[in-house]
Amino acid sequence: MSQKHETPLLDELEKGAFPSFVKEIKRAAEHSEYAQDLLGQLELSYKEKVTHWKHGGIVGVRGYGAGVIGRYSDVPDKFPGVAHFHTVRVNQPAGFFYTTDALREICDIWDKYGSRLTNMHGSTGDIILLGTKTENLEPVFAELSSRGWDLGGSGSAVRTPSCCVGPARCEWSCYDTLELTYQITQRFQDELHRPMFPYKFKFKMAGCAVDCIASIARADMSIIGTWKGNIQIDQEEVRNYAKNGMDIQAEIVDMCPTGCMSWDGNELKINDEDCNRCMHCIAKMTKALRQGEEKGATILLGSKAPIVTGALMSWVIVPFIKLEPPYEELFDLVERIWEFWDEHGKNRERVGELIERMGFPVFLKETGLEPHPAMVKEPRRDPFFFWSEEDIEK
Amino acid sequence: MSELPQRQTDIGPPHYSKFLPPVIKENYGKWKYHEILSAGVMVHVAESGAKIWSVRVASPRLVSTDFIRDICEIADKYCDGHLRFTTRHNVEFLVSDESKVEPLVNELKEKGYMIGGIGDRISNVVHTQGWVHCHSAATDASGLVKALMDELHEYFHTKELPAKVRLAVACCVNMCGAVHCSDIALVGVHKTPPRIEHDKVKNLCEIPSTVASCPTSAISPDPAKKSVKIKLEKCMYCGNCYSVCPAMPIADPKNDGVAIVVGGKVSNLRSNPMFSKLAVPWLPNNPPRWPEVVDAVKTILNAYIEGARKHERLGEWVERIGWEKFFKVTGLPFKMQHIDDFTFARETWRMAATFKW
Repeated sequence: MSQKHETPLLDELEKGAFPSFVKEIKRAAEHSEYAQDLLGQLELSYKEKVTHWKHGGIVGVRGYGAGVIGRYSDVPDKFPGVAHFHTVRVNQPAGFFYTTDALREICDIWDKYGSRLTNMHGSTGDIILLGTKTENLEPVFAELSSRGWDLGGSGSAVRTPSCCVGPARCEWSCYDTLELTYQITQRFQDELHRPMFPYKFKFKMAGCAVDCIASIARADMSIIGTWKGNIQIDQEEVRNYAKNGMDIQAEIVDMCPTGCMSWDGNELKINDEDCNRCMHCIAKMTKALRQGEEKGATILLGSKAPIVTGALMSWVIVPFIKLEPPYEELFDLVERIWEFWDEHGKNRERVGELIERMGFPVFLKETGLEPHPAMVKEPRRDPFFFWSEEDIEK
Repeated sequence: MSELPQRQTDIGPPHYSKFLPPVIKENYGKWKYHEILSAGVMVHVAESGAKIWSVRVASPRLVSTDFIRDICEIADKYCDGHLRFTTRHNVEFLVSDESKVEPLVNELKEKGYMIGGIGDRISNVVHTQGWVHCHSAATDASGLVKALMDELHEYFHTKELPAKVRLAVACCVNMCGAVHCSDIALVGVHKTPPRIEHDKVKNLCEIPSTVASCPTSAISPDPAKKSVKIKLEKCMYCGNCYSVCPAMPIADPKNDGVAIVVGGKVSNLRSNPMFSKLAVPWLPNNPPRWPEVVDAVKTILNAYIEGARKHERLGEWVERIGWEKFFKVTGLPFKMQHIDDFTFARETWRMAATFKW
């Protein structure tokens, strides 16, 4: 079909070298009324410098309180195709791997019921099906779920867990990030689909300290792979890096944050006791250095974006845990953390903010975790600490 | 709709193993090392000697089903139907047969895909929905990304940088995505308080939760109007009240704009993960190409390229030279807004007599 609305401002963004989202909306608009009117409304936003979407609205599929984001136009008379333009979040497979058959199956469903527009993927990790009418939500869900796909999280629920590429295609993954992501998602289906928390709760699984999934910045629970034991060195390969032009002193030894390495032009030495496992040397000399053999993960808790009282990064609550199926130790810990949050959390208070408000020691006590120096950068500076009854002589 | 299939609930996503290429299934968890062969091609080698090549291309993230069908067709031809997406929304074609890598690269080039994003370069830009699909957006996200990457694309497919530079765009301070820990990030900001639509508050909003939503206690009940009032001088325009109460719109086309924050990272390599810090408090929303914003980003990036040592991320470079020097070498004006007066303010003030002139 021919384009319904003039879009001179958006047309400008069809030009240029980088792939164009405007081209994509226009491609969808060849067959979709939704995309036609999306172009019109977006052009209006570009002209007026303001959004034309109304505040949410509760829509969803039967039995779920999550997975669909309600969205309505504030200019529905002008753009009836996007009067309702709800998002369906589809839980992605761990690691974002697909077969072409699987992707086409989703495209077929979305061409039939939706805008033909998607995000591959949303920030949290879901496949985002962008824009459909309320009456199409049940059919979309029936078509998806009968073929083995399910919805992701939204609202005050567990959000769709996601992970890095992990052991599927990376030599640095210290645990199976894909399997743990799958198992967490399955274990907490109820918490994912039926919001029952004070606010959202995100899990992100990173196989190593490179943290390609940005878990430390944006997951309430950040599970970051690490190891114990000595870095394994292939000296011959180290010499090959030197031969091929790497300045090992400047690029590796001098950039080691702990100063635990030395290089005499022939042999690389590492004092592993002083290594903090930052991954710099391993990442720069992939062929020569490999992580220590005892693999596991560090669990960190609490990160969030700045809304409302400032951004937090996750901090260490479990220095080392082995992560192998059936992951019962981890699931127990998660349940204890949720109990604490459920008991004390205010509406729209993330777990990290709650711990700040209540105090980290209170959190440790209530969840049964032992204090460990790895949990802090430094001990407290003030002399105002609490004691409990059993510490007092009577 | 009687022809609809039987729905199922709480089945979760399909197991990832259904989608892995055979070479990955066989070598799962047994990869030995990888090598970056070019800006957009890398090979992973398993202990068994088996190899898989990944060819990465840029994506606007907002893609039509036609785009997905196109990449599927290519993946059928060269990858036995296997592909994946990265955490930054790039597409990766997974090739098990070395002889197919070059023909794949050639076909991708012919069809106009942008190959790159691997190594010390700019990869795809993590971003939010913006005016395309969000009610609280203070700017567009897809448009900013497009305007930015049209200028910086050489750093995606060709030129190298001292280290990776992670760009991100958030269309409001909710910052969906890891904008607050990116090398250079753009964030949509407001400059004016919300307006209260008193006649709508009583129908649309719960007054206690609206009052509680304000981080600076600027909002209090207004019983006479069955509404709320705002102490304007306390409001810092976060828009959290609007998330809770739709009758408090904060969008202001004349004053909404874009802030630039820099120096964040999430990896632990060398230095600890870092938050991004404010470089430019406000630039105008000037669609469709946001020239002021794009220029400022280029200024920051060029100063980094000029000054950083090899492997040094933007934040590490600034920490080494000092923020006072960052403002000097970039020529960006240092304003009152750069001095923190919020939650973590005290930690950011200089409690030392050492700084550079």
